[in-house]
Amino acid sequence: MPYQAIVIGSSAGGLHALKIIISGFSASFDTPIIVTQHLSPNSDNYLVQFLNQFTQLTVKEADEKEVILRGYVYIAPPNFHLLVEEDFTLSLNVEEKVNFARPSIDVLFETAAEAYKNQLIGIILTGANHDGAKGIARIKQKGGYTIAQSPDTAEAAAMPQAAINTGFVDQILKLEDIPVFLNKICKSKV
Amino acid sequence: MSKNLASPDETTSNIELDLLLEAIFRKYGYDFRDYSRAHVKRRLYSRIKQHELQSFSQLQHLLLYDEQTFQEVLRGLSINVTEMFRDPAFYAKMRTEVIPLLKTYPYLKIWHAGCSTGEEVYSFAILLHEEGLYERSQIYATDFNTDVLETAKRGIYPTSRIKEYTMNYQEAGGKNSFSNYYTARYDNVIFDASLKKNIVFAEHNLVTDSVFAEAHLIICRNVLIYFNRSLQNKVLQLFSESLIKGGFLGLGSKENILFSPIENSYKTIDGEQKIYQKKFI
Repeated sequence: MPYQAIVIGSSAGGLHALKIIISGFSASFDTPIIVTQHLSPNSDNYLVQFLNQFTQLTVKEADEKEVILRGYVYIAPPNFHLLVEEDFTLSLNVEEKVNFARPSIDVLFETAAEAYKNQLIGIILTGANHDGAKGIARIKQKGGYTIAQSPDTAEAAAMPQAAINTGFVDQILKLEDIPVFLNKICKSKV
Repeated sequence: MSKNLASPDETTSNIELDLLLEAIFRKYGYDFRDYSRAHVKRRLYSRIKQHELQSFSQLQHLLLYDEQTFQEVLRGLSINVTEMFRDPAFYAKMRTEVIPLLKTYPYLKIWHAGCSTGEEVYSFAILLHEEGLYERSQIYATDFNTDVLETAKRGIYPTSRIKEYTMNYQEAGGKNSFSNYYTARYDNVIFDASLKKNIVFAEHNLVTDSVFAEAHLIICRNVLIYFNRSLQNKVLQLFSESLIKGGFLGLGSKENILFSPIENSYKTIDGEQKIYQKKFI
């Protein structure tokens, strides 16, 4: 069964880490990617513009009730949680912060796990908190595949380490090896 | 649409969730069946964990026989994150683009739907006051959650947030000193009674209740995002029927009327701030 989507959570140091991943995809790579990067509530869409320079995929801010499509990278907007619905559309909401964060990685990962079940890959990158650890566990419990950036290659080790500590991470990879691995296991739909 | 028993994506937990939402609706009259599924599921999962239950079915049993549990679940499904002059640019646009047109009416009916704890209602009341419109305005502020309506009626908020609210107020184009509008007492501030006198706080459920009033302006921000597309459309229709011709609709920053059945009956006043005007014809 091919993987239908990839969710990525990143925090401190995430800009650089996301760039490395997104610029490392092969030309035929088109699995949808949904990203929650912790941002200040007032930030503009710099992240979207920045990442768009490094890929032939289309990077965009996630819109309310948007249908998830191949060839796209969706970024959670600042100050909104991003959720995946079971009909593979995106929802936004402004409920309380989770793990002191909005958007929260756990919110994205837990809802994506419900929607995609064993056809989902979850990746935790650099960060200085423990958001995403519960989400990684949920993805694994639903049969998905889980990856953490190796803490010694992360600008901030705490977040990937917290994910690893749950015991639900399938693979720990160096940052540069993550896109190589994804190219291998995500076959594009012809 | 009838569900096929053999449908492969029909998991047990989804059956249980459907039945739980049906039970809540039939027993207590609150309809969450067309809310964003991902949102509802997440909120109810955390309730299950809290009660150390194993499934939605167990939660269903509990809340059918114990109203206390239902009230807790209800509170958990009601999102009450708000602030004064939230998204200051929205208020700034209201001031420059909508207020001048509202000034042409001899009296105004304004409906804040999903007003939560009232911060945004008082914010708009301040704006009306500064524009000389408050005295001829009748403001209806509604929510389905009676707890938050009580907070809204009191108009008492923690002092700890006043600094942030003051900045929002200034960014929104406030004309006075924000401190003119409240009195501080220890850890709380209470908003001036003169802001309350034309506000009616009332219980109203957008999902199950009907058309509200012949409104000149409806403000409903960050409520539709919790609904699925079909419920969003239904509520937008309800707003449309509640507005006078030429009336205004203000939504949350990520909500809009594009692709909805009312899209063509409205003119966009400000696309970014999600302010729309119902056409005259």
